[in-house]
Parts: sequence; structure tokens; C-alpha cells
Amino acid sequence: MAYLDHAATTPMLDEVLEAYVATAREVGNASSLHASGRRARRRVEESRERVAAALGARPSEVIFTGGGTESDNLAVKGIFWARRDADARRDQVVSSAVEHHAVLDAVEWLGRREDAEVGWLPVDGTGRLHPDALRAELAEHGDRIALITAMWANNEVGTVQPIGELAAVAAEYGVPFHTDAIQAVGQVPVDFAASGVAALTVTGHKLGGPVGVGALVLARDVAAVPLLHGGGQERDVRSGTLDAAGIVAFAVAVEAAVKGQQEYATRVAALRDDLVRRVRQAVPEVVFNGDPADRLPGNAHFSFPGCEGDALLLLLDAQGIACSTGSACSAGVAQPSHVLLAMGADDDRARSSLRFSLGHTSTAGEVDALIAALPAAVDRARRAAALRTPR
Amino acid sequence: MVRVRVLAAMSGGVDSAVAAARAVDAGHDVTGVHLALARNPQTYRTGARGCCTLEDSRDARRAADVLGIPFYVWDMADRFHADVVDDFVAEYAAGRTPNPCLRCNEKIKFAAVLDRAVALGFDAVVTGHHARLGPDGLLRRSVDEAKDQSYVLAVLTRQQLDRAIFPLGDSTKAQVRQEAASRGLAVADKPDSHDICFIADGDTRGFLAQRLGETPGDVVDATTGAVVGQHAGAYAYTVGQRRGLHLDRPAPDGRPRYVLSITPKTNTVTVGPAEALEVSEVTATRPVWSGGPRPDGPIECEVQLRAHGVVVPATVTVDGDSLHADLRRPVRGVAAGQAIVAYRPDSAGDIVLASATITT
Repeated sequence: MAYLDHAATTPMLDEVLEAYVATAREVGNASSLHASGRRARRRVEESRERVAAALGARPSEVIFTGGGTESDNLAVKGIFWARRDADARRDQVVSSAVEHHAVLDAVEWLGRREDAEVGWLPVDGTGRLHPDALRAELAEHGDRIALITAMWANNEVGTVQPIGELAAVAAEYGVPFHTDAIQAVGQVPVDFAASGVAALTVTGHKLGGPVGVGALVLARDVAAVPLLHGGGQERDVRSGTLDAAGIVAFAVAVEAAVKGQQEYATRVAALRDDLVRRVRQAVPEVVFNGDPADRLPGNAHFSFPGCEGDALLLLLDAQGIACSTGSACSAGVAQPSHVLLAMGADDDRARSSLRFSLGHTSTAGEVDALIAALPAAVDRARRAAALRTPR
Repeated sequence: MVRVRVLAAMSGGVDSAVAAARAVDAGHDVTGVHLALARNPQTYRTGARGCCTLEDSRDARRAADVLGIPFYVWDMADRFHADVVDDFVAEYAAGRTPNPCLRCNEKIKFAAVLDRAVALGFDAVVTGHHARLGPDGLLRRSVDEAKDQSYVLAVLTRQQLDRAIFPLGDSTKAQVRQEAASRGLAVADKPDSHDICFIADGDTRGFLAQRLGETPGDVVDATTGAVVGQHAGAYAYTVGQRRGLHLDRPAPDGRPRYVLSITPKTNTVTVGPAEALEVSEVTATRPVWSGGPRPDGPIECEVQLRAHGVVVPATVTVDGDSLHADLRRPVRGVAAGQAIVAYRPDSAGDIVLASATITT
């Protein structure tokens, strides 16, 4: 078994699991006023401080949520609504063409349901955003933009964006900047305050924590209209009983990921570079996607000319190798990646792509297993694709 | 039995789930695949009756989970639309009556899917069709005559049959359901699919009208030549049809009239008495002969002229690209576009000899 899909989800760390189980055994609602409640509240607040410290934020800026999708939706919709409420002329959103669907679809929803005008920042052939394009948007109608949202690092092709530069441009025009940093935390240095962003999404299960818990780091002076109404537990921006066990585990994971980031990145990038070199050797026609230098340490993304990614996935899966083609619709049908298309790839190249993502449990043996299975899989996938009638 | 890598086409229904289970039991290395046939999975059926809904996809996945086999969804929507749906509409427009299930077997399940499977290293495709296909390689009717699907499989060539596995042919539907329940498959009591999977509400006429538009024309009496009514589009009629004619004038003899023929060129529907529907000879095209070597001269056999239709003795001759059948007794409601399937009666299940598309 070679698990090369850490960007989808990565195994929980032992200390995270232990912290989760220990807290989950304790009864107590963090909103209760008695001793059990106070104990749960203390666990949550200690965790908030740990997350804040690890991410360069103040504790009051950390809003715990049910994960990345919720954080992204809260940031995109919540900040948009708040800004438009404060100034009705601000009815525009600027985003990038390579966002995860949690941002992409939330932005499109604002366009459809809230009559928001949406501007999409283009990327170059490596998937990289350019601050000049943002500056041009802002120069043209900066007084009408409610929110800018752009990811810290791309989940598919691994390209790391110049977030500091982009946020600085946004700040010049006084427009709040949200970044989905789900793939970045623990992989590259992430410091909320130093980056200059107004809001930052992070989630647990991409960095060794549990699924279903994450945070939106929201600067103190940035307002957001809540998505969920109820007890107002989190700064009145997010309601719902606090998941003390999940939050404690999440904090342990964030702290460990950030603390070990440099050592992790060095080790995993070396393994990844070896994987890339050997894939290129085994399949010389392969196209390596994403930014060659500014990329996530564990990410390797390729197009295999003449193949369909989903056929390759099936064949590798049969050999015990787990990787990813990108997204699928709810029925399970593989879709051509919008990220590759935005980078200028045609439909065939987009459909021929596979992502291998390494993580904290990755070994050289797993890379060996991939290299052993890949040439035969590519050969077969090519024969299968040759049968396809042109679209 | 030799262990082979097989691809089980799983529709989300009980038959294909049990077929896959039996392939696993037989010791094969089985991979489940659900075919996404709708361009937008939500636009077709919303219930559990068709072959292309989100619910069906989920049911297929759950069955694969229970069997412990890998499962994928293959997007065959474009091929399905080109080869089955568009063909269906074009055939009706040309005044013929197509069988889309037959076409799907011929062009999708045992062509596009099978070819892809073979290219990916699979040896065969397993489906939940009710038909027997034993070691002798001959395709036979299912033991469950009511559920027999050999008619829509008879179009498969020798090469296609050599890579097909039909594990259900020796079982009745009731046995299949019982087995599904005892295996813990949740689809055990899922209703049978019927009608046409890509026509959500079962309204074939409405489906065709949407695509072909309304083209009003005359309904003509075959005996008198008189115009006896109007229709909104000749494509909406099938030979042998009696209901929905809305004739203005009753027949002189007061007896019901039936559609005898459809002429797209003049947009005319011709009607007449039941006897005029009787046919004693059938000509068909594109014969596929899978039941042994193709004969040089006429052979005695039985023929079936539509799905679940009557079976009559006949003398069948194949000549180049055409097949001719002299029926021992006349049959009503033979429609161009349907298949004629020739069977040789056999105690181990009637054997499929040939299939061809009826022209007249």
C-alpha cells in the first residue's frame, strides 16, 4: 500500500488522537456555567491560544468552525455581506480562477443569489497569481470591491501564491483579503499577522488533525455576518456547541505541524524531488504541472499525454497505490480540472492529470512502489484512451 | 475455473449486484463500475427505477462495498447520447421503432465499456442480464422466461460474447432477490427498472415531440385511401398501435383500426383493420450470427420479432447483409427497426442463432 494522497487527507498524529480521546471522555459543554462546563471551556480556550500562537494571530481572532468548507463560506459570504451592509456600493468580489470549490462555488453563489459582480484573477501557466492583475482590478474599481479571496497554495498543482504581496496591494485600497490556507499550514511558513491578510482558513485533517474541525482566523477589525445562527458561541459569528475534543485535537495538530514545518518540508521535498525525477525517467513524455520552485513540498502533479487520469487511477489503485485526479461530481464522474484549464491546459491535458501528494508518513518505499507500477499503467491507460471517440 | 480479471457493470439494481457477487464467489478478481449515462445525473429519473440517477450510483457503490470490491464511475454519457439516445430519436423520425436496450448492449456495454475494460487489462465484462451463456459459448434464454433478456443480447457478436459473463441465467428473478437479501445487499427489494431509462416520466411521445417538434399530417385509411384523422407527428406512432389515434370517422365496418405503416417522407400514418397487420414474411438487415457457423441454406428455427413478443416457427435464410424469414403462421405488429431474433429450441434453454434489424 502506497498512500500518495496526503493532500486529500493525512493520517492523524498519535498525540492528536490521544488528546482527542482524552477530551472526548470528559463531559461538559463549554457554554455551561458549572465545573464541567468550565473545564471544557478551559480546554477550548487553551486550544485557541495554541492555535493563535502557532499561526501568528491573537486568540480572539481564532473562530473555530466545522472545517475548511465552513470557514471559506463564512469568510466569503460573511465578509461580503458585512462590507456591503456598511457600504452598498461595495457589491463586487475578486477571486482567482484556481480556488478550491469551497471558495469558487461560494463566490459564484454570491454572483447568482446576491447579484455580486465577480472578477476572476487569471493565473499563468504555472498556476501563479500576479499582484499586478489585482492592482489593475483595484485601480479600476477598488471602491466597489467588498472582498478579495485567493488561496495561499493550490490544492491540485501545489503552486504557492505570493500572498504577502497580494495582501499588501489589497491593503493599499483598504479591501479585506481572505486566503484559504488549508494546504499551506504546516507545509510552508504561515503567519497571519505578518501576511497582512484579513481572514485565513485552516482545517484539521490536512495537517494531522481530525476531519470536521477547523478555524477561520478573522482579524479583530473585520466584521462578518454569520452563516449559522444560534447561541453565538464563537464571537457571535459562529454558532453551535463547541466541539471541545475536536478543538483540542486540532490545536495539538496545528502546533505540531507548524513547529515541525521546516524539518518536515526539507524531508518531504527531498522525497518528492526523487519521485518527480523518477516519474520523468519512467515516462519521459510526462508534463510536470505547477510552479517548479514555489510549490508545496509534498506535491507532485503531472499530465500523462495520451492517458485519462481516471484510468490511471484505477490501474494504480489495483496495485495498491492511492493518488488523485482532482474533483468528481456527486455521482462520481471525473471532471476536467478547472485549475489545469485556468492554467491554459486543454481538456485532454486536464483529463490526463494525476496528483501524487506526500506527507508525514511517506517513505521511499512508497515512491518505489509507484515507480514500479507506473509504466505498465501508463501503457494500458494509453490503449484505453486511444479507443475514445473525440469529444 | 480460471481466475480472471473481470469488470462488473453495476447499475444499482439487484440483478447486477448479485451478478457481481457471483463473479466474486467464482474466484474472479472483480472490479465494479457504474456507468454514468445521463449528461446531468439529476435530469433523468429521480426515483429508483432507471439506470442513471444519483441514487442508483449510490446503490451500486453500496453493493460494491458489501462485496468488498473496488468501485468506480465511468462517464459514458457522450457515447450513450450519440449511440443510443440520438439513434433512438433518429429511428423514430425515420418511421422505425428502435429498441434502445438492445442498442445500449451493442454499442455501450459490450462495445465502449468492454473495449475500455480490455484495454485496461480486464478479461471480461459481467452483467446482471437474464440469459444463459455457458462453456459452449452459446447464448440461451434464461430459465426465467418472463425475465429473459436474450432478445436484447442476441445482437452481440461471437467476439463480444466471448468476453461476456452472465451469472444469472440459471436463476429466476425471485431467486436473485432472495440471494440478494441473504447476502445483505440493500437493493434486494428495489423495484425492477422498466420502460426506457432516459425518458424520465415514461412519456415517449412527449420526449420525441420535444426533440422532433410538432409536424401535423394526415392519418389515411389503407382500404379507402380517405383521410380519417390528423396527427401531430408521424414519428409518435408504432406499427400495431391502436390507442391514441383520435380518428374523426369510424371505419365503415365499425371495427377498430390499427397503425399499419408510417411514411416519414409524406408524414403519413396509414391505418387499417387488424388483419392487414398480419405478416408472413420478414426481411431484416445487418444479421449477426452467433449460434454456430453461419448456414449456407435455409434453416428451420423459431423467431421472435419484439421484446417479450410471441415466438413462431420459421424458415430463415441469410444472404450477405440480409436475413429473410418465412413465418409458419402470420404475426401482427411487426415494426421496422425492431430485431428479429432466431432461436433453436433446446431443452437446456433455447439457443440464440442470429439477430437482425427488421426492414419490412
